Amino acid sequence: MSETQPLVVVENLTKHFPVTSGLILQRKVGTVKAVDGISFHIDRGETLGLVGESGCGKTTAGRTLLALYPATSGRVTIDGKDVCKAKGKELLGIRRNAQMIFQDPYASLNPRWTVNAIVSESLRVHHLINNEKERAERVKELINLVGLSSRLVNRFPHEFSGGQRQRIGIARALASEPAFIVCDEPISALDVSIQAQVVNLLEDLQDKFALTYLFIAHDLSMVRHICDRVAVMYLGIIVELAEKNELYENPLHPYTQALLSAVPIPDPRKDRQRRRTILPGDVPSPVNPPSGCRFHPRCPLAQDLCKQEPPIWREAAPGHWVACHFA
Amino acid sequence: MTETADPIPVASFNQDELETPPLTLGQLTWRRFRRHKMAMFGAVVLILLFLYSFGGALVLSEKYANFADTPLRLSSPSLEHPFGTDTIGRDVLARTIYGGQISLIIGLTAVLIENIIGISIGALAGYYGGKVDALLMRFTEAMLNIPEIFLLIVMAKYFGGKIPEINMLGREFSGSVVVIVVIIGLTSWMYLARIVRAEFLSLKENEFVLAARATGTSNFEIIFRHILPNSIAPIMVAATLGVANAILAEAYISFLGLGVQPPTATWGNMLDGANNYLESAPWLWFFPGLLILLTVLSINFLGDGLRDALDPRSRAA
Amino acid sequence: MSDLPIIKNTLLEVSDLRTRFHIPEGTVYAVNGISFSVAEGETLAVVGESGCGKSVSMLSLMRLIPIPPGEITSGTALYRGEDLFKKSEAGMEDLRGKEIAMVFQDPMTSLNPVLTIGKQITESLRCHLGLEQDAAERRAVEALERVGISDAARHLHDYPHQFSGGMRQRVMIAMALACEPSLLIADEPTTALDVTIQAQITELVEHLRDQYHMAIIWITHDLGVVAGLADRVNVMYSGFIVEEANVDSLYEDPQHPYTISLLAALPRVDQRRHHRLKSIPGAPPSLLVEPKGCPFAPRCEHVIERCHVENPSLMPVGVGHTAACWVNVQKGIPR
Repeated sequence: MSETQPLVVVENLTKHFPVTSGLILQRKVGTVKAVDGISFHIDRGETLGLVGESGCGKTTAGRTLLALYPATSGRVTIDGKDVCKAKGKELLGIRRNAQMIFQDPYASLNPRWTVNAIVSESLRVHHLINNEKERAERVKELINLVGLSSRLVNRFPHEFSGGQRQRIGIARALASEPAFIVCDEPISALDVSIQAQVVNLLEDLQDKFALTYLFIAHDLSMVRHICDRVAVMYLGIIVELAEKNELYENPLHPYTQALLSAVPIPDPRKDRQRRRTILPGDVPSPVNPPSGCRFHPRCPLAQDLCKQEPPIWREAAPGHWVACHFA
Repeated sequence: MTETADPIPVASFNQDELETPPLTLGQLTWRRFRRHKMAMFGAVVLILLFLYSFGGALVLSEKYANFADTPLRLSSPSLEHPFGTDTIGRDVLARTIYGGQISLIIGLTAVLIENIIGISIGALAGYYGGKVDALLMRFTEAMLNIPEIFLLIVMAKYFGGKIPEINMLGREFSGSVVVIVVIIGLTSWMYLARIVRAEFLSLKENEFVLAARATGTSNFEIIFRHILPNSIAPIMVAATLGVANAILAEAYISFLGLGVQPPTATWGNMLDGANNYLESAPWLWFFPGLLILLTVLSINFLGDGLRDALDPRSRAA
Repeated sequence: MSDLPIIKNTLLEVSDLRTRFHIPEGTVYAVNGISFSVAEGETLAVVGESGCGKSVSMLSLMRLIPIPPGEITSGTALYRGEDLFKKSEAGMEDLRGKEIAMVFQDPMTSLNPVLTIGKQITESLRCHLGLEQDAAERRAVEALERVGISDAARHLHDYPHQFSGGMRQRVMIAMALACEPSLLIADEPTTALDVTIQAQITELVEHLRDQYHMAIIWITHDLGVVAGLADRVNVMYSGFIVEEANVDSLYEDPQHPYTISLLAALPRVDQRRHHRLKSIPGAPPSLLVEPKGCPFAPRCEHVIERCHVENPSLMPVGVGHTAACWVNVQKGIPR
């Protein structure tokens, strides 16, 4: 594989969930269009941020990307291999190379397994180290790598704090030496000072092991800090994608503008001076997305055209893509 | 070691967070169980009952239990026969000892069969969902709708007398014991299947299951190594209650004359033998009945205690 | 105590509040002697991470802590001069909802799912203000409209599960404000909401606060929200208040090492990245251990011998600004 080819390529990925009703015979009464056609790529060593509010589909996108949910349509290529079509040994190989870190430190570790069992699982499943003693040694190395003492490998998750559990989750993801890691809101459930610890760890590991990240989050301040490029999702589609400083300093899509203006700034004087765009209404449901441009019911710039025609995804400035009739 | 630019002192994690010595979930569970007085009582009584049935065999031989001292038939409790004698002069005490062995064995092995069937069906239905679930659950519901007694009777009539004797524990058991065990097992797995299915339906949505799939772990491993250990609590409780249920089921069958055939004693068929002597010789049903009662009660207390002790929500930090 | 010159009337004054919990594992020292005050119309933010005691202290003064296992071992809470800890339960019930209202983080669990929201609001109005059903309903509709819920009359008959998270929080605020309380205690009211909805709610609260001259105690861990909303800020750590200041001073000139570290750990949405986030090594101390010395000492980079031995009380470090620290961090010398 050429070094200049992106590691991850996503083309028109969709994931729809049927809504069923009925007691005996389940009838399909609707569809939740959680992810409705997204396309992007991630270069080696890069961190792409995927942001949006609840219901935008970012978590579903991350999981469908790794074939944890079967895609409804579209194509995902990781390191040249087609993820959606892969089965059996091929899929196992992809899994070894593409891992995930989960949001909830309390639910993502099996409460009945020791740390050693949790971290060594992928070594076992992928037959990377068949000797039990050697596996245990490797687990100790990984645990040290994430800043925990190797004496703790025989403990159970409930004995650790949230931040420590998240580190265990990171050690687990690293065990099979993947090239690509999807970080699904890895710090949302942690206290502020612990968030900084975990983010610093993720960055150090990225430098050390040349990792590529998809960083899914709703905290826009943290995303600006850690990511290289950022994609903004709304109701199942990406509305804007750009290099991070370009996105934050020059947002083109009205939703991105409103989102950024709503983020609190820890600086009272600056906060008093800023002009806020308050969006009316609630985030709509992905079962019945609005016609035309999905954002039109809440958009300050909406016109008739927006109700009728969905905007085209185009490159408004080099590397800066947006889906809006008026950007 | 770490080459982080901002070194995180490893020692500080050790001191602050994990001052408590390592306590496995098993040790935590035992601690919580200990606090439950009724459960401890139940456990003690159960141990005594086992000692009685299996230890008592070291004191009184089986031959003695089957020895019909006809002139002394139907004599009330005395020094020589503390529980009296039965209709053909056999010592009731000795028969409750040997009868206890069979009743308890029936209870345990029937539960084993129940568990294997119930867990398998419940796990597959709950984990795979969809058509597999629908099929398995309709089958389970169909079995539930058939009255247990009816099934017991039909199977007892069909299989009774077709299985040969077995030799185990230095005793010879009538083949009907196996039949009873199988019948009870085959007719009581449904409750457990439903419970296990419910557990699997909720547990499979947990992130650690998703994490296992992301790792590439096979479905088989996810079911048996990930999810099943987390549903031990309701399974254990159902299992303990299943033992009680099996012992009672054996009593019902015996009362209908379809159970283990004499001369082999069980608590259940001793009750059956007391049928015509309810008032005239109450010791015939009193002692086996009391033993059944004690067994079932203590198992219920034990089950209560286990359920509370294993409740993951009351996990101490 | 703060040495802010008194220009407004003091509404609430809390002194030396200590709350503990007795659990099988031992005693939890949740709140370890805090004192603060809130003036009429003022917004006080109480900031800290999980386990710092910010929620427990407010629940304590509202007498909503279950006793046992809770125990309020000391403290006075003077509301308009009257000690809340000496009031009867009936007196407290009268006060709650009418004079002092509370809004919690999760509106789904604070609203009764089997009653319509109309019923829940009117119940409060009838109970506290003695209104008749018709008058109560009219006030309920007004309250909902005030929080920006259009078509309010129809929504009176809806159930909580029919609303989204943002709407439910608005309903909670409507209920809290229906009797026009003088003090609103909001415990992480926007933490679970999306950022655009959070902006709506904070704007709403600011507007209502100005309209009704209401004092607010806003409990949160989010230093961004605090910057926009608060007049004064108390920073809590491990059951103590470690710094008090008005909002500009806290962000421009933080004095306590914990506050400084907390601010340095925050990424910014409005600035280019300058450097790595500063993380605080270690973790907060266990609340099961009775505090001795400064609670932050094990993690502090400015620690001196005295910190391990003696717990510093809040000392003046500027105008209306106190910090509980033995060290002058800027100069690097003990105070």
